[in-house]
Amino acid sequence: MAASQPTLDLSPKVSDEIRKTTCYMCACRCGINVHMKKGDDGEMRVAYIEGNRDHPVNKGVLCAKGSAGIMQHNAPSRLRSPLKRVGPRGSGEFEEISWDEAYQIAADWLDPIRRENPEKLAFFTGRDQSQSFTSLWAQAFGTPNYAAHGGFCSVNMAAAGIYTMGGAFWEFGQPDWDHTKLFMLFGVAEDHDSNPIKMGIGKIKARGARVIGVNPIRTGYNAVADDWVGITPGTDGLFILSMIHCLMKAGKMDLNYLAQYTDAPVLVNGDENSPEYGLYLRDEDGKQLVIDRVTGKLTPFDKPGVKPDLAASHRAKGFTHRPVFHKMAEMYLSEEYAPEAVADRCGIPARRIRAIAAELARVAFDEAFELDHAWTDFRGEKHDKMIGRPVSFHAMRGISAHANGFQTCRALHTLQIILGTVEVPGGFRFKPPYPKPATAHPKPHVGMTPGAPLNGPHLGFVHGPDDLALKEDGTPARIDKAFTWENPMSSHGLMHMVISNAHAGDPYKIDTLFMYMANMSWNSSMNTGGVMEMLTDTDENGDYVIPHIIYSDAYSSEMVAYSDLILPDTTYLERHDCISLLDRPICEADAAADAIRWPVVEPDRNVKGFQSALCDLGAKLGLPGFVNDDGSQKYADYADYITNHQRRPGIGPLAGWRMGENGLQHGRGDVNEGQLQSYINNGGFFVEHIPDGANYYKPWNRAYQDWAVGMGLYDSPQPYLFSLYVEPMRKFQLAAEGHGDRQPPDHLRDRIKHTMSPLPIWYETDQQGNEGYTVNALTQRPMAMYHSWGSQNAWLRQLHGRNPLYLPTKLMREHDLSDGNWARVSSPHGEITVPVMEMAALNHNTVWTWNAIGKRKGAWALDKDAPEATQGFLLNHLIHELMPPKGDGMRWANSDPITGQAAWFDLKVKIEKATAPAESQPAMPPLKTPVPQGPKDLAWKVGK
Amino acid sequence: MTTLPTSTQKKLGLVIDLDTCVGCHACVISCKGWNTENYGAPLSDQDAYGANPSGTFLNRVHSYEVQPAEGAAQLIHFPKSCLHCEDAPCVTVCPTGASYKRVEDGIVLVNESDCIGCGLCAWACPYGAREMDAEEKVMKKCTLCVDRIYNENLPEEDREPACVRTCPAGARHFGDFADPDSNVSRLTAERGGVDLMPEQGTKPVNKYLPPRPKDAMPEIDVLAPYLEPVVAEPKGFISWLDKALEKL
Amino acid sequence: MHPAPSVIIFTTFSGLGFGLLVWLGFGLPAVTGWTAFAFFTIAYVMAVGGLIASTFHLGHPERAMKAFRQWRSSWLSREGICAVVALILMALYGAGLVFLETRWSILGILGALFSLATVFTTSMIYTQLKTIPRWNMPLTPANFLSLSIAGGALLAGQVGTAVILLLIAGVIQFFTWKVGDSRLAESGTDMASATQLGGIGQVRAFEPPHTGTNYLLREFVHVVGRKHADKLRMIALGLMTALPVILLMLPFAHWVAVIAVIAHIAGVICTRWLFFAQAEHVVGLYYGKR
Repeated sequence: MAASQPTLDLSPKVSDEIRKTTCYMCACRCGINVHMKKGDDGEMRVAYIEGNRDHPVNKGVLCAKGSAGIMQHNAPSRLRSPLKRVGPRGSGEFEEISWDEAYQIAADWLDPIRRENPEKLAFFTGRDQSQSFTSLWAQAFGTPNYAAHGGFCSVNMAAAGIYTMGGAFWEFGQPDWDHTKLFMLFGVAEDHDSNPIKMGIGKIKARGARVIGVNPIRTGYNAVADDWVGITPGTDGLFILSMIHCLMKAGKMDLNYLAQYTDAPVLVNGDENSPEYGLYLRDEDGKQLVIDRVTGKLTPFDKPGVKPDLAASHRAKGFTHRPVFHKMAEMYLSEEYAPEAVADRCGIPARRIRAIAAELARVAFDEAFELDHAWTDFRGEKHDKMIGRPVSFHAMRGISAHANGFQTCRALHTLQIILGTVEVPGGFRFKPPYPKPATAHPKPHVGMTPGAPLNGPHLGFVHGPDDLALKEDGTPARIDKAFTWENPMSSHGLMHMVISNAHAGDPYKIDTLFMYMANMSWNSSMNTGGVMEMLTDTDENGDYVIPHIIYSDAYSSEMVAYSDLILPDTTYLERHDCISLLDRPICEADAAADAIRWPVVEPDRNVKGFQSALCDLGAKLGLPGFVNDDGSQKYADYADYITNHQRRPGIGPLAGWRMGENGLQHGRGDVNEGQLQSYINNGGFFVEHIPDGANYYKPWNRAYQDWAVGMGLYDSPQPYLFSLYVEPMRKFQLAAEGHGDRQPPDHLRDRIKHTMSPLPIWYETDQQGNEGYTVNALTQRPMAMYHSWGSQNAWLRQLHGRNPLYLPTKLMREHDLSDGNWARVSSPHGEITVPVMEMAALNHNTVWTWNAIGKRKGAWALDKDAPEATQGFLLNHLIHELMPPKGDGMRWANSDPITGQAAWFDLKVKIEKATAPAESQPAMPPLKTPVPQGPKDLAWKVGK
Repeated sequence: MTTLPTSTQKKLGLVIDLDTCVGCHACVISCKGWNTENYGAPLSDQDAYGANPSGTFLNRVHSYEVQPAEGAAQLIHFPKSCLHCEDAPCVTVCPTGASYKRVEDGIVLVNESDCIGCGLCAWACPYGAREMDAEEKVMKKCTLCVDRIYNENLPEEDREPACVRTCPAGARHFGDFADPDSNVSRLTAERGGVDLMPEQGTKPVNKYLPPRPKDAMPEIDVLAPYLEPVVAEPKGFISWLDKALEKL
Repeated sequence: MHPAPSVIIFTTFSGLGFGLLVWLGFGLPAVTGWTAFAFFTIAYVMAVGGLIASTFHLGHPERAMKAFRQWRSSWLSREGICAVVALILMALYGAGLVFLETRWSILGILGALFSLATVFTTSMIYTQLKTIPRWNMPLTPANFLSLSIAGGALLAGQVGTAVILLLIAGVIQFFTWKVGDSRLAESGTDMASATQLGGIGQVRAFEPPHTGTNYLLREFVHVVGRKHADKLRMIALGLMTALPVILLMLPFAHWVAVIAVIAHIAGVICTRWLFFAQAEHVVGLYYGKR
């Protein structure tokens, strides 16, 4: 009956205009096409969002969050105006004020601080994608107290990677998706590089290549993994070291790679009495020394023609100086790392550990291949081909958010390095600006002068005790105690300690806490209830212990209620941003790339991009770099900064379309007033491909190094050896052993000696005082939600409107629980009562839930009976920033002793069946909402 | 025309790869976005910010746990939308002819202006592919993005359903099953694509590729040679190393 | 299935109304004039009232006229046509009886057949659904037709016949339940066939697609407790068959007949509630709700 089929318009108009910008529904930074339609009123409105096919990150695809951007952009939770607190802190009572008044209040608090004692300002930004800008502002202000959220997110991953091999997993590198045949991933969080990882997994699955997933929970990427290793949380390092044991014992290592490109042949001082005991032997230029297999002599590692010897040692003055590789053999061939010795602790049968190690070896060596790219290494040696080892690894928060996370990440890098799979075809590859060794990064700076800028960037990489951020009296210079003996290598700061330290006045009191996009009174803090108390606590005069809190957020988050002054940010479609090579760009392993956001629609509220507000506030405070010589405001807004700021001559926030002598050029160049328009014309991003032959072996490849200098990534070639042995760690050990002027406090000496092993080790993270709490408790982020943002989104909250606690079958049976029952879950620190659900594909002693689904009543413009508030919950209530007392009179931090990374995943709990309460416990009283609640029903259609 | 066409010129549909789907819900939301703004009435949401939010979706991702007789349980993400059946019971039950299967390409559609909202088509569908929109009171279903796949206002590469275009893992494929050489026909043949609920007799066009065997890594017997120790004692390692380096 | 009041009222009363029209069409009882008017009024109130109730189930009742188009394939369309034809034929037939005291018996028989057809098509709307194995069997039309005719007989005052027909309807109802209870299991549709994952192992629904509810769950997934259902079945059979039969055996009195009718109607409503509420739609399998 075809005749009666209705006639359809098969080519309806899709939109009136496509505006291309960068997504910010999570940290992935995909390119998006925002389809705009003109309404009857002539206004252009967002009608539909899809991925940008030309974009280097997502190549057209887009996740659920990105596709739901229209609901975020129009969410009723958007703040509408600057706000001044009028009720008590934590009540949510505010009045709307003008921007002028807001700036005046901020300046009245900040100006005296800056003139008298800049450390009284603690400026911490959360999921900030403009850290090179916000840190510049903090530097200009002069406070040493600045960091973003890396300390509670994944500094272990970043720092371990950079100290070991000059680059990390996370979004800073990627497997060679086109060539890898075996991909092994550990504990991945799904909000960084999430679309690239999904695309990569899809790509290798389409080829029939295989995936091994190591994760206590078999969801997401682990659900599609061909082999799943349901490891016991916190034991990944032990599992990895056991595989290293197997591989070394079987000689299954890439000896040529180890000899040429790593410090395995570098000699280590064996003179036990020397203050340099355990440090590299170096020549007078500071170059690491190796034995040349050709001459048998001590030779600098980079001398042309040198064949570094992994086997030979050097005898001098009665001492034998042995290469790093000897130390590795001595350590890892030990039977303590035999699969049989670790199997029980890891929860993995010994034969499975062996099988996986053997499979890694089989694929790395038997399936090795060559690419026809000639290249020249840093010693000048020419190679006709590039050898590919098609085994690749990736890991994220699951292995890093433990108190042994730094060493675990190091162990994983050691594994991939001995297999010779880093920066080779088929292996793991860096994305520019990486590779970049720790030595090429800045050191931390805390040199403070009232009324003047800080003496350098806040964050960086320490190379020994001399680089610690200590005051003259040895007390911490930073409010978060970053770069102190408690956590010497805390490269990202410790945002999670700021509020508790400021509240305790330890190491000192502050006046103003200034935060951006960090939901500290809810899901971004350990000990959520405690944080609320600290934020509202008053001293004997009735004044708040933390006197002033300024907060910037786009949405009515839980943190808004705990602030005194709110600077309302825009949504991501209303703002300028730069995803800069100075910061965390969007590069691919084959290309340098950066991107912008631009206002595809103007805000319809009295709000301003936070960075633009900082331009205004910086000028009002007269901060150097934010005012012209005549005192006038230097940058009208963030767009002005992005275009006109130069970090070094010729290097600005954006690398594309800079002004050269002969017109526009990429990389280095002068300011181009039309730069943002060039980006807009190009789809919101810039990409420059790395030439063939320069795109692998990057740390040692002359062609790459020269290309990177041309792009402005470095000022001179920076070839280096991978550090299987991290010398700075040995320097901290030496201090703990009594060498040098800067000495750790006595109570930390043993811990430093133990944990600062320059070769990766594993140690138990089981928390002291945890007796009776035997079940591991984890959180994961659902792929469709980002932190707490998803719940304000009418589409996404339908996917995850509440979060059960998933229990393995064994624990369900033991506690006589069935789906929908409730359980009381307790830790030494707190107790929650929550709904449970059974999950079989789960480590049998681990429970977990989705992260940040639980919401406080009154936040996010949701109804107070929203399931997020009544059935959702946070595990955060069970986690404390300090460990339980262990009888030594101290409260040790619940973090990695090397980097200070928050040990979220070391949580141990006890489970008991509970009668169902009316709602998840603890239930906090509702907040007053500064925004109206959203409409009841939605039928969203912009066009006709 | 609620009688089904005896044959269609093309058989357009989807292949969904259960071995690759990571359960990210990208297809769900992309579909929601496109179909809210395009074909027919918007997909509405009730109590959108309230205690019991519920909206119309044309594609939903289920997840199943499967416990093999031996070994670890598996988790499988399972996207499900209209399968555009050859023998579509939803079409023949429709009293008004609003529900129909296109002769050109086999897409099953609802002509919303003829829909009386009786719901019988949804009753007849075994897959839960049809949802009555609570605001507009008409039946909504996957259109296979009929307003995209032929749309001359879109670049040619974008003329595919929104869910396929957006899928990050590439777990969704769109094509013509009537053409044995099409991508979807080849994938179905190579990977053993299956029908859901074949006993219902609906002859679904969409096919599902089953998960590849999991946790099947060979045991150590096969792989043992790869871990044969090179030396018995740790002390012998350095001399083994020396010899090994000689060979490089 | 969601036991919506509109469809319960519709199937109950249109069944009874058309059942009565069947008897009237055959001239049982052979009434004319005001008595006929009374009988026809009762029949039309029930049949038309039921049909009107069914439109409350529609999203767009104003488009209901469009539903007559697809008689070639759609049982719902056929039902509409049969109902309209039956009502027109019986209206003419009834007009003859009431106003002209004339019995156009061919018209009456045709009207009766269309009335029966209406009930049959109604039952086929449900019977045709392979997605609901409990309904997808010949017992469903038998159940609908037997109840309609028995109820019609009761309303038509055919006491002796009604007793027998009520007993038959009761027996059919009993077997409809008994056979229906195992239909889903016997249908071959289960989670393994729904997901095609049964080859790997035992399939269990894990996270639902959305944490909240949706149209499918509201419409198709309704779970009645086994004990609760058994109790309701006893009550239904008691009201629908046993009580009217006992009452009809008593010496005739109008009030007794009225109670018998009320009991029967209440019993039918009860069975119809169970008919929907106990019907397992296979889509529930995707949600692990069966």
